[in-house]
Amino acid sequence: MEYFTQQLINGLTLGSIYGLIAIGYTMVYGIIGMINFAHGDVYMIGAFQAMIVFLICGALGLTWVPLQLALMLIMAVIFTAAYGWSVERLAYRPLRGSPRLAPLISAIGMSIVLSNYVQLAQGPRPKPIPPVIRGGFQIMESDAGFVVQLGYLQIVIILLTVALMAIFAYLIAKTPLGRAQRACEQDMKMASLLGVNVDRTISLTFVMGAALAAVAGMMVTLYWGVNEFAMGFVAGIKAFTAAVLGGIGSLPGAMLGGILIGLIEAMWSAYFSTEYKDVAAFGILVLVLIFRPTGLLGRPEVEKV
Amino acid sequence: MATLTMTGAKPVPSTMQIAIKEAFLTAFLVFMLSFLMIGFETQAQQGQPLSYVTRFAAIVWGIILVPLGRILIVFNRHGRPMPALIGGGFAFLYLFGGAVIAILFDVLVIPFNDYFGEAAGAAGIPLPFADPIVDAIFGLGALYIVILGIQTMRHTAHGELTLAQREAKEARTALRAKQISMVLGPALLVTALVLPFTPWSDRVLVETMTLILTYVMLGWGLNIVVGLAGLLDLGYVAFYAVGAYSYAKLATEFGLDFWASLPLAGAFAAFFGVVLGFPVLRLRGDYLAIVTLGFGEMIRITLINWQAFTGGPNGITGIPRMTFFGVPFDRTPEEGTQAFHTLFGLEYSTMHRILFLYYVILGLALITNFFTIRLRKLPIGRAWEALREDETACRALGINPTNTKLTAFALGAMMAGFAGSFFAVRQAFISPESFVFLESAVILAIVVLGGMGSQVGVALAAVLLIGLPEVMRELSLYRMLAFGAVMVLIMLWRPRGLLAHREPTILLRRGGGKAKPRKAGATA
Amino acid sequence: MSFTAAAMAEPDDTSLLKVTHLTMRFGGLLAIDDVSFVARQREITGIIGPNGAGKTTLFNCITGFYKPTIGRLELFRDGKVAYLLEQMEGYAIGQKARVARTFQNIRLFAGMSVLENLMVAQHNKLMLASGYTVFGMLGLPVYRKAERAAQEKAVHWLERCGLIDHADLSAGNLPYGAQRRLEIARAMCTDPVLLCLDEPAAGLNPRESAELNQLLLSIRDETGIGVLLIEHDMSVVMGISDHIIVLDYGKKISDGTPAEVQRDPAVIRAYLGEEEKE
Ligand SMILES: Nc1ncnc2c1ncn2[C@@H]1O[C@H](COP(=O)(O)OP(=O)(O)O)[C@@H](O)[C@H]1O
Ligand SMILES: [Mg+2]
Repeated sequence: MEYFTQQLINGLTLGSIYGLIAIGYTMVYGIIGMINFAHGDVYMIGAFQAMIVFLICGALGLTWVPLQLALMLIMAVIFTAAYGWSVERLAYRPLRGSPRLAPLISAIGMSIVLSNYVQLAQGPRPKPIPPVIRGGFQIMESDAGFVVQLGYLQIVIILLTVALMAIFAYLIAKTPLGRAQRACEQDMKMASLLGVNVDRTISLTFVMGAALAAVAGMMVTLYWGVNEFAMGFVAGIKAFTAAVLGGIGSLPGAMLGGILIGLIEAMWSAYFSTEYKDVAAFGILVLVLIFRPTGLLGRPEVEKV
Repeated sequence: MATLTMTGAKPVPSTMQIAIKEAFLTAFLVFMLSFLMIGFETQAQQGQPLSYVTRFAAIVWGIILVPLGRILIVFNRHGRPMPALIGGGFAFLYLFGGAVIAILFDVLVIPFNDYFGEAAGAAGIPLPFADPIVDAIFGLGALYIVILGIQTMRHTAHGELTLAQREAKEARTALRAKQISMVLGPALLVTALVLPFTPWSDRVLVETMTLILTYVMLGWGLNIVVGLAGLLDLGYVAFYAVGAYSYAKLATEFGLDFWASLPLAGAFAAFFGVVLGFPVLRLRGDYLAIVTLGFGEMIRITLINWQAFTGGPNGITGIPRMTFFGVPFDRTPEEGTQAFHTLFGLEYSTMHRILFLYYVILGLALITNFFTIRLRKLPIGRAWEALREDETACRALGINPTNTKLTAFALGAMMAGFAGSFFAVRQAFISPESFVFLESAVILAIVVLGGMGSQVGVALAAVLLIGLPEVMRELSLYRMLAFGAVMVLIMLWRPRGLLAHREPTILLRRGGGKAKPRKAGATA
Repeated sequence: MSFTAAAMAEPDDTSLLKVTHLTMRFGGLLAIDDVSFVARQREITGIIGPNGAGKTTLFNCITGFYKPTIGRLELFRDGKVAYLLEQMEGYAIGQKARVARTFQNIRLFAGMSVLENLMVAQHNKLMLASGYTVFGMLGLPVYRKAERAAQEKAVHWLERCGLIDHADLSAGNLPYGAQRRLEIARAMCTDPVLLCLDEPAAGLNPRESAELNQLLLSIRDETGIGVLLIEHDMSVVMGISDHIIVLDYGKKISDGTPAEVQRDPAVIRAYLGEEEKE
């Protein structure tokens, strides 16, 4: 029981991170119907930038942790957003209206470019940073002396994710930007006829996705404490799996999918084997898709003929 | 320029104003992209906390050069290509030329550094970036601006393109692709056949060409799935792995030789294709993509972790090497047996096996090609293409979509299985590292860049994507960067692929005597 | 009302398709509400009704794109029930029951040539002849003969539909009217017993429309198959239909010969009244 609770906490933390990345996939897919293959690498860049900001803070002597966190968050978000924008501008916008596979290939190319660019600019070695937030609550103890830890960092991650989700739900539901986005999802041509600036809306979608990926990158920097240039790929496909599992195009679905993938991973590692945790995640994805082809929260899609 | 009208409309900004505005935006973007990632280089040293050194000079140069280029582009866009031609030309010559000299100087002089002193490596040309390759990249950017300028010069002579003209242009591109294919196909084939016997052929060249041909074969195999049937498979490498491990196991455990294992390996891979494909092929395009990607990863993870069967991360070593239909290529054959060179009374040479491997993969690839070209003209091939065009219409015509897709999937998998066996016999060693997602991406890129469905295009793209990085080993660290950039650039330049065109699988004028003379212009 | 419908829906030797109590529900929307009728061989059965009446949905149920919520769809061969369409997979309805259809929004294989479109339509027959690709791969004469025959059939329908000059052109490049005709030719190449045409005259000019009517009449008379024809334009459908069914808001409001339907007050109220607004 205690062990299970601990895995639940770990899984939720990990799932929050996946969920935040998954939102980027789901939003882009919702609006232009494409898998943004470079998104995992944008997340990796977010993690690197958060790490660099942390180092700069150290060099400037800013040691108050909340300030450090705030700076990491804000700077990583702002600077990573620029990457999201550039990816759209270079790999997607010129190919709008081309055969479907063209943007996919250019995005895969972009992903290769980004990860190798980081390898060149920052070196191939893993970059460790010391833990920033230590300690936590001990919420349970078993007879055998197993202590269930709820780390402060885990609380920060989960709360931050909840807060971001709330902000996002508001953005999409209530603001003109959200309206424009939903309009473009429905019918891009019509939206543009009605005066929605489609280019700008799509750009902003990429920017928002990148911003959330940057937050996830910052969290992962704090949580695992190691970054390397190749970390975007695995996180990216897991997050995309999460987005599909939850029902691609649906924001709550992405979050739900992320948390499920996080939980599956934590539980599978705990009770079966660490090695096959990714196999389990994909296996469950396949099962879900076979029985519910549009994912858990996706709108069922009946093709009108 | 700027005139205020009576209605109080905004003044039209001058080219200079637009250029300056865009230059500032560009400078801002460059700053955003580079400030943290380029400005601070993190350094991880063993046993020391992470630290960084700054590289602000590079950022400053970037913020100066890129917006300048932007200004040239804006002027060019407004019909004034001269600045682009002159400025871009100068920048190209200086940066690219300087970089090339610096690199050559480095290569030539560094061995003699002891004589010339440390400073010699810099060749004395002041370049903005510390790494001459970065200078060269900026130089190529300038070249792009020059090309834009040249295009503008040409277009102003012709005037703006109308819609009809653009359509005609597309038709011309397709026609040109067709003509190029018709010449390039035989040319590539002849080159492939005779190149090993030309004087400038050597071991490295033949091995590189063997590698290229492996990808050509994989590309042709995947072309059935993606190009013809329109199924987006991102885990193609899984079947390649199945083929490779099949041969490795069959050869090491059961002592089967390559030729006996080949059909089995193909059959296993096809079987995997059916088993994996059956549950998921009813999914829509992109779901299929993610599921196949997942399968690819699942197989790789299984290969890493199923120690007992696959040897885990260390893979399988000591896989029996290629034989000449049973006759080994050994230097010293066992007592009482023949080796290739004794059989033919030749001097022993390691090249024999290498050449034989080369012709084996050439043969396999050509069989794949022949097979695909024929399949396309059979009902199954037409059904694949029809499915790609419109699945709903196919169902209304009584075509079973799942079975039809499954055959494409299985045949594609089989080709990958053959290629995988070949890979295993060539390397004599396989490990999961050879079957990562990047491989699937590369094969898919070969298919798409080549021009979906175009057999010659696939071959051309394989030469470009696999051959060029091999040639450019010098660039070592920048190789993969260039690889990714080439993928992006080719797609931007030719979204339909390099040699995209489609020939009907059946023409009326050949058979069926009832055909009336066709109207002029009826041919596409 | 349901009384007369039941009376009309009594099958006999010439029956081809019998629809009973067909109902299709999308969430809260009853797109088809308890519709029953019989379509016969050698007859053009017109289906009319205002936009959104459920005509296309009816076709989608018959051709297996939707599973009806309630109802029976019996296809007759030689006066006996041979297939229950509501229980069959979509593609099997085309393959075994031989119901062919066209689409309201044209769905051709746009990147393939006109002739190829018609060859694809004969897929199942050719697949068999090619020994599931084995004979075809070997280039055996059985397959070559079958392919030649298929091409002749294609040429026949190309000539009938006035498309022979465009045979090698890509289908997507045809003018609109030609695309509509090609869809009909493609459906006919499957050797159907029942041909379902969804607004084939939409977007055609009067001359093309008149040619289309001639084509449909000749298909009926020469092949003897049954035709279900969705049509928006009353005058067209009155002219060539042997039997007309009128739908409105998913319900069948009238069923009979053109003359009967034209006199039916329910039709005049629902349909003709509606048309003025459009
Ligand atoms: N797949 C679907 N999901 C939801 N509603 C549908 C679907 N298909 C059709 N409808 C609805 O059913 C009604 C009938 O549509 P349709 O059969 O296309 O009418 P029409 O008579 O113009 O062909 C319409 O209100 C339409 O919106
Ligand atoms: Mg309709």
